[in-house]
Amino acid sequence: MRELRYREALREAMLEEMRRDGNVFLMGEEVGHYQGAYKVSEGLLDEFGERRVIDTPIAEAGFAGVGIGAAMVGLRPIIEFMTWNFSFVAFDQIISNAAKVYQMSAGAIQVPIVFRGPNGAAKQVASQHSHSCAPFYTSIPGLHVIQPSTPRDAKGLLKSAIRSNNPVVFLEGETLYGVMGDVPDEGVEELIPIGQSRLARPGTDCTIVTWGRPYYTVLAAAERLAAEGIECEVIDPRTLRPLDTALMVQSVKKTNRCVVVHEHWPYGGPGAEIVDRLQREAFDYLDAPLERVTGLDVPMPYALNLEDKVLPTEERVIDAVKRVSYAK
Amino acid sequence: MAKIIGLPKLSPTMEEGTLVAWIKKEGDEVEVDDLLAEVETDKATMEFRSFDRGVLLKILVPEGETLEPDVPVAIVGKAGEDISDLLTQVATRSASASASAPVSAPEAVSAAGAVTESVAAAESVAATQSAAESAPESASAAVSGRVLSSPLVRRLARERSIDLGSVRGSGPHGRIVKRDVESYPGAPVTRVSGERLPPRVEKASSMRRTIARRLTESMQTIPHYYLTIDVDIAPLSDARKAMNAELEAAGRKVSLNDLIVKAAAVALQRVPEVNASWMDKEIHYHQVVDISIAVAVEEGLMTPVLRDADRKGVAQIADEVRELAGRARDKKLQPEEMTNGTFSISNLGMFGIEEFTAVINPPEGAILAVGTIRNEPVVEAGAIVPGRRMRFTMSCDHRIIDGATGAKFMAAFKRIVESPLNMLL
Repeated sequence: MRELRYREALREAMLEEMRRDGNVFLMGEEVGHYQGAYKVSEGLLDEFGERRVIDTPIAEAGFAGVGIGAAMVGLRPIIEFMTWNFSFVAFDQIISNAAKVYQMSAGAIQVPIVFRGPNGAAKQVASQHSHSCAPFYTSIPGLHVIQPSTPRDAKGLLKSAIRSNNPVVFLEGETLYGVMGDVPDEGVEELIPIGQSRLARPGTDCTIVTWGRPYYTVLAAAERLAAEGIECEVIDPRTLRPLDTALMVQSVKKTNRCVVVHEHWPYGGPGAEIVDRLQREAFDYLDAPLERVTGLDVPMPYALNLEDKVLPTEERVIDAVKRVSYAK
Repeated sequence: MAKIIGLPKLSPTMEEGTLVAWIKKEGDEVEVDDLLAEVETDKATMEFRSFDRGVLLKILVPEGETLEPDVPVAIVGKAGEDISDLLTQVATRSASASASAPVSAPEAVSAAGAVTESVAAAESVAATQSAAESAPESASAAVSGRVLSSPLVRRLARERSIDLGSVRGSGPHGRIVKRDVESYPGAPVTRVSGERLPPRVEKASSMRRTIARRLTESMQTIPHYYLTIDVDIAPLSDARKAMNAELEAAGRKVSLNDLIVKAAAVALQRVPEVNASWMDKEIHYHQVVDISIAVAVEEGLMTPVLRDADRKGVAQIADEVRELAGRARDKKLQPEEMTNGTFSISNLGMFGIEEFTAVINPPEGAILAVGTIRNEPVVEAGAIVPGRRMRFTMSCDHRIIDGATGAKFMAAFKRIVESPLNMLL
């Protein structure tokens, strides 16, 4: 193992897959000559040239559509959105074409494409640029949705996404690009399967399911709770669609309680989906209602003090865990 | 606004209740949690407490009536309020004898806020809980008639046959949660109605087996008889007070039991025939007074021996008895510290037992059973005066101690206790 930044792990995934398969190419705004708005594609232009690392105009609907067409005829495009907020102008391409062609062609045409880019709130980018987009895309049958929390998961899952024959929505954390973490050594290939949860922290008293930026908030809260004698078991679903609940159910059967912590709004989305499944799959093992700690149900405020209130905090996580544990 | 009060369901299994007595009368002020009436249920006579504040305007059923839950029993409201509508409602209801219950306990709870002097809902829940405090059988069911419990608890209850109606819930609104059934003492022994469970089998500890063997042997082989004497305990009690005043500075203390041990030891000196053991073809008359003191310990009983009790001062007896009893409870006594006593004393006075008969601790010849202090009128010189009395019962081995000998001992003991200065003779 060695330590890499999240952005470096993503870059390595693309680099390795582009070296392995000549059909893989990257397209998006500033991915080439500028080396990526968040420097994820740094150096790729130098190695693969303009045929495979393509700078586009500011026209998401256009280059998303070009990517889908390329996938339909056998290439394996990686389409980078500068942020997922800009994917909304390409929404129709993603939903009506990428997600539908396989079904509408009766299985004759596959769309092996990856849409990737930073997702969620950063710092003071206000209501239009702080969207946590998982609920929009997880509601669409025909798409796979991945949201990795750690560098290792980012690399292993992006490689699997590029090799997948399904259209994949790959949500990176805008504030996570600089996070360091263990990644397998160079030359050691790790493909993390799509649709598999990961145990992030073992515990006995309360299960917490979380992903993305709040993953780190939860791990910090779990340490504080441990100091008070409450040992939380933290599970990261990693893939939000298809969703793997087996590990969560197994954990809840042990702890008898669960808090789901996510950045997206509370109305629907994978957070609500997980709660819905757990209340059915672990009903006879629940000692308390399932709780969620979410981004608050408002457009993101610009003011920093308010933004901090809207995003899940350690205090809110601790309160929720204590409520379901009937602890003071 | 006045409201009709229905008979609450005071136990989870209550199908009817008898209104034994009204504690409040019509016109009485009623506070939340005030005792309104006593109701005999299938389980016990339970307290029927008020969820509401106001005035008891009307009692609808007389004492002695047996009713189903929710049947209107009273009307509570503001003083002087017009309740004719409610009375009509009650009359219509009883006329139609409808099966549906217009006034149910849950409504009574949730409506509490709207009634009379507006009692906050939270307060009324608290009141319900405190009512449940005094009536544990009703537990969480008292709040709504429905037992609130987590899905996990329901599964555990099914698996272990726990009657959730008898479990108190510690979660929000009295919800029964995992920790409540984990700590539930009778978890595996509760009964689902009609089902009969076999006894819980536990291996007898070696201490219990020893107690069983020795006491069975005692009762089967020793011809026991019993002598009871009633004693004025005031002088000994006063002597104790005086001694403790003297000992206070040294941080020491003597108990009444210590003085009784000393008095028995002195009486054994005076009537030594009682300080004896039947050893098959011989009788051993002991030349020491070693008193076994019965000490209750976890899951059993031990009898550490106080050696030479007749030669020790009361304060020394106090110190040694306390030390022996402490080590008995910690199971740290050596075997030789529990054998070769010559006489036993057992005291159940602290439990309020007036008198009892004890089983002789072989090979000793007798055991003295000590009761509690009774404050009661006594006749002294033809006048009734307040007295402090205590009863002592000696169990004697008739093979060595005849009735007259035993009686002689009891008389000597009484003289010493009633005149403690005699101990100095």
